[in-house]
Formats: sequence, C-alpha cells, structure tokens
Amino acid sequence: MGLIEKFLHNLKAPRWGVHPDDHKRPAADAPLRELPLPKRLYIPLQQHVGQPARPIVLVGQTVLKGQLIAEAQGNISAPVHASASGRVVSIGEVTAPHPSGLPLVAIGIEPDGLDTTAKLTIPADPFALSPAELTKLVAAAGVVGLGGATFPSSVKLALGKRSEVTTLIVNGGECEPYLSCDDRVMRDFAASVIDGVRLMMHAMGAREALVGIEDNKPEAIAAMKRASANFPEIKVRPVPARYPMGSDRQLIVTLTGKEVPSDCRAADVGVIVNNVSTANAVHRAIRLGEPLIRRIVTVNGGAVWQPGNILAPIGTLASDLLAFAGLKSEPARIVMGGPMMGAVLPHAKVPIVKGTSGILAFNEDEIAAPEAGACIRCGTCTSACPMGLLPLEMAAQIRAGSLNGAEALGLADCIACGCCAYVCPSHIPLVQYFSHAKGELSEQSRSRLRNEATKRLAAERVVRLEREAIEKAEAAARRKAERAAQKAAEAAKSATESKETEAAE
Amino acid sequence: MIAAILSLTLLGAVLGLGLGVAARKFAVEGDPLADEIAALMPGSNCGQCGMAGCAVAAAGIADGSVPVTCCPPGGRALATALAEKLGVTLDLSSVADSGPQIAVIAEDLCIGCCRCLKVCPTDALVGAAKQIHSVIREACTGCGNCVERCPTEAATMKPVPVTLQHWVWPKPATAAA
Repeated sequence: MGLIEKFLHNLKAPRWGVHPDDHKRPAADAPLRELPLPKRLYIPLQQHVGQPARPIVLVGQTVLKGQLIAEAQGNISAPVHASASGRVVSIGEVTAPHPSGLPLVAIGIEPDGLDTTAKLTIPADPFALSPAELTKLVAAAGVVGLGGATFPSSVKLALGKRSEVTTLIVNGGECEPYLSCDDRVMRDFAASVIDGVRLMMHAMGAREALVGIEDNKPEAIAAMKRASANFPEIKVRPVPARYPMGSDRQLIVTLTGKEVPSDCRAADVGVIVNNVSTANAVHRAIRLGEPLIRRIVTVNGGAVWQPGNILAPIGTLASDLLAFAGLKSEPARIVMGGPMMGAVLPHAKVPIVKGTSGILAFNEDEIAAPEAGACIRCGTCTSACPMGLLPLEMAAQIRAGSLNGAEALGLADCIACGCCAYVCPSHIPLVQYFSHAKGELSEQSRSRLRNEATKRLAAERVVRLEREAIEKAEAAARRKAERAAQKAAEAAKSATESKETEAAE
Repeated sequence: MIAAILSLTLLGAVLGLGLGVAARKFAVEGDPLADEIAALMPGSNCGQCGMAGCAVAAAGIADGSVPVTCCPPGGRALATALAEKLGVTLDLSSVADSGPQIAVIAEDLCIGCCRCLKVCPTDALVGAAKQIHSVIREACTGCGNCVERCPTEAATMKPVPVTLQHWVWPKPATAAA
C-alpha cells in the first residue's frame, strides 16, 4: 500500500473501534471438513432468545434426522429438531454454553448412523408464496440469527414486513478475531447465501439487499460478487476491517449512513440486519427442506493442532470438536464464540448450539493478562467506544455502587463489545463492570415488577376474602330460609292432618 | 310514644352532626410521608420485618426508627426507592437480597389440611382438602407463614434457584483502580 493510498484508507476508516490482530488465517483457508457423527448429541431446548422449546419426544423413542423434537411455545421462540437419526437416551440437564456454567435442559440422542431423514415441505416456487407463508416455513425450520444473537428469524422477517423495511443488510462482517465460519460459508456456499438473501427479501418485502463484508476477506468478496452478478438488487459492499463492524448498528451506519437512535431498533430506520449464515440456513430450509440442524463452527486457537472450519451437527460436544481438530496441549481456556464477546466455558463437555460460531482453545501465552492498574484518565476507551460512551466514567460510577449514575451516562447503549477493556493501558476490566451493572439493573427491575405483583395479589386476596364472606352469609341466609319454609310446610301439613283426624272423629 | 320517638331521633341527629363536625374539625392528620411509603411497600402484611404489617413498618420508616432495608420481599429495589424518597444514604449490605427464599412443599409429607392456604398473604399456595398443596413460585414472597402453620413440616423455605435468565455477572474485584 502506497503512502497516499494508506492516507485515503485512514480517512475512510471509522473512528470508533479497535483493530486487533485477527488470527483468522490459516484456519480460514483450510478447506471445510465434516465432523464424523459423534457418539452422543445433547440438543438444548433453549438455543434462542425467548421462551424455551417444549420437548415432544420421550426417552427411548427413535427419531429421524430433522424430526421435530421440541416445539416452539410463545410468540418469540423457535422449534428444535433432531440433528441425527437415532434414539432419545435422555432429557435432562447439561452444562449450558454460558459463562455461569449453570445447567440447561437438553435432549440427549444416541445417533444410529443410518441418517434416515425427515424433510420439511418444500414449496415448488417459494417466490409464488405470500411473505407470511414463507415466514411460517422459516419458523417451522427453527432458523434463528446465526451471528450470535440467536433471535428467531421468522419474528425478524415478520417485523421487517410489518414496519415496511426497504433494505436488507446482510452481515458478512465477521469482525471477531479467530473466527472464519461466515467467511467459509461465503466462499463455499455463495450461491446458497444469495438465494437465501432473495428469499428473505421476498419474505419481508425489501427492495434491495446490501451485503457488507470486511475487506480482510477478499476471497469471500469475490465469491459473493460472482454469485450475485445476475441480481442487481443485491449489492456486495466491502467495508473496512474494524472491530466491531459486525455489530448491527455499526454496519448500518457504515453501509447506509443512517444512525439508529438510542432507544430504537434497526427496523425503525428502515433496515433489518441478518447474518450470511442465517441466509444460508433459510436457503437450506426452503429449498432442501432441512431444518437448522447443523452449522459451520470455527475451531481455532493456540492449543489446536489443525485449526479450521468444521461442519458439525447441533448438539455436538465441544470436546468432540476439539478431539477431531486435535490438541497440541491441554487448553488453558476454552471459549465459545469469539475472543472479544464469547463465553468462557467451564469445561469442554458443553454442547454447541445454533448460535455457536466457534470453539477456541487458547494456550497459556494467549490468555496471559497483566494485572489491572489505576485509571490514568487517558480517554483511550472513549475514542474506542463504538457507541460514543464514556467507559471510564461509567466504570467509576459502577465501582462506587452508583448504578443509576452509570445508567444516566448511557449504560443501556453499551453493546458489550469489549473495545474499552481491550485498549485500556491500565488493563481495567471495563466491559466486565458494564455486564455486571446491566445484570444488576435488570435484577432490580425484575424485583420492582415482583413487588407490584405482590401488591396486586395481596389486594386481590382481600377482595377474595370479602367476596367469600358475603357468599357464606348469603348461603347461610338461604339455608335458614329453606329451613324455615320446611318447618312452615311441616306445621301446615300436621295442622291439616289433625283437622282431618278431627273431622273423621 | 310519638314524643319518645321524636326526642330520640332529634337527639341522634344532633349528636351525629356534632360527631361529624368534630371528626372534620379535630381530625388527627396522619403522616402523609408514611402513607406515601406505605404505597411503595408490597402491602401483603407478611410480617417478615417483625412489625404488625406494612402500614406500621411504613410509619416506622417515616419517623426513622426503622431502617429502609427492613423489607425482605421488597429487596434491594424497594430499599433503593425508599432511600431515594427519604434522602438517606443506603447500606445495601444488610439487605437480604443475597438469599431470597421461597416456600417448597414436600409432597410426601403434605396431608392436605389447607392450613397453609389460609395464612398465605399472596394466595401463592394452591390446594384443597385432602389434596397435595403446591406453591406458585412466581407469587411466593418467602414470608414463611406457611412453614409456621404446617403441622407435618412439609412446608420448608429454600433459596430461590439461580437460573440462566437470572444470573448476574459478578462485580470485578476492586484490588486496584
């Protein structure tokens, strides 16, 4: 890159964010491998935002690959399908892919290796269907956002339709270091992704689609440009490589220039963001009748022997994936997702879920973290924050126990990308403070709701007791009246009887 | 007869009027602050604070004899709201939010006597005579009234289980900074 080009690049580059060493290659260049069927699959019931799915199979039952094993319940939910044919061996708790390491209910399946498949209905011409029908098919396939947020895609499509969204933004940013699963999807399945994008555009009535891909993935950009050559409504747009470009608000502002206001959703400015892997999943669901039962997972990190991307069924244990890729040394830390926002796993016996983009096994050198020092008020975190917040001030408020003070500084807008903690020269765990404070605040609002509910219940109890007292009194009065009537009738009867006897005498 | 009825009616009317006027004129003003505080309280009169109901506790809080952290079902949120209202500094360390509890009924011990149903301030217990009773988790405030009432010790208090939805990141250690 010449000096002038470098200068121009710097002018174009966004002012927020960080640019960590991406560590994507050689894993991104290794050809895609398919995981041989593992011995056991543990398919969690909650792999999405919203209500957990409700199991509809019994232990001991034989299931087909792609068969519905847990149905969605509630408005925001997604069904779960069997990732392999076999026998249901357990419905119980496994360790959740979550930093808390708390349990999560999962259906355990012992694959039989036959791969007998149950297919969803495949429409002859999906573009002849109405958007609502297409959305219903996507919902039945259990497709959720595969970028990591795991929001049910059908709900998002319906929202797009309802709010008359004009632009679909397809997120091929993949800004997290180490990860390359979306890169691999675009390189290997570009035509499927473009077809998925067209289906999603039809389902929400969008007129154009912008595919944003970071410029550190030239192969993916080329493949996507080739695949979308015949569709002028789909434009592939390289974006500067900068973390967190894959965050929806940052990608929207880079591609369209529109900034999503603080308390609004992307749909409010007329766009909806979907991940490229989600587009691929929509294509597979509609064209091949295959529900979301497998995904590409990046296995990477210093402790991995053969880093690369692996096609694995949902419910595979992270330990199976790591064993397949091989380990150079005992990993010092296992992370699900990216190194910036991923969840540290307590151990490797954790199933991969729909939103798992990668399993990273780090060695000691990679996780070495210097001790936190005092804030020197240099302001580096402020210039790195993609949301324009003041991380140092917010952290100071939280440290002093003033959660409301942090909220007043815009804590709710924090996307927990971790840029602030990454750039901090004093290594202060800034983003950890914000995660803690957000959890604490939602706990408090839950507690407030509970308090109101208690008040309502207590008031209802008083009403109930009064009503019961009245009902009891009424019943007693009724009984008394009945008894009196009976007595009167008996008296009358005996009177007539005595009269009759008198008359007879 | 007529004279007696008339005189008594007149007497009643005059005395009633007098009482009504006196009630208006010599009314003892309740502490408006106590009323406002009572409106914030859960109002279930569960007695976990050790006082005879929410109104008494509210009066105590208003005159400062009772700390704002006295209400276990209200928890941290209520304590914060009360401290804000009264403008006092708050020491949250004593709030029992660290271990909120709910009632659990052991089904093999429950004899279906219905005694616990009658003392539950929020109707969180369901059941009928000779039927096993059960606790509605969302409605239970953890007051423990049912535990005292239960003749077979089937009702016990258990800490509220932490779920994925309720888990909160721990605060980073503040060794430095």
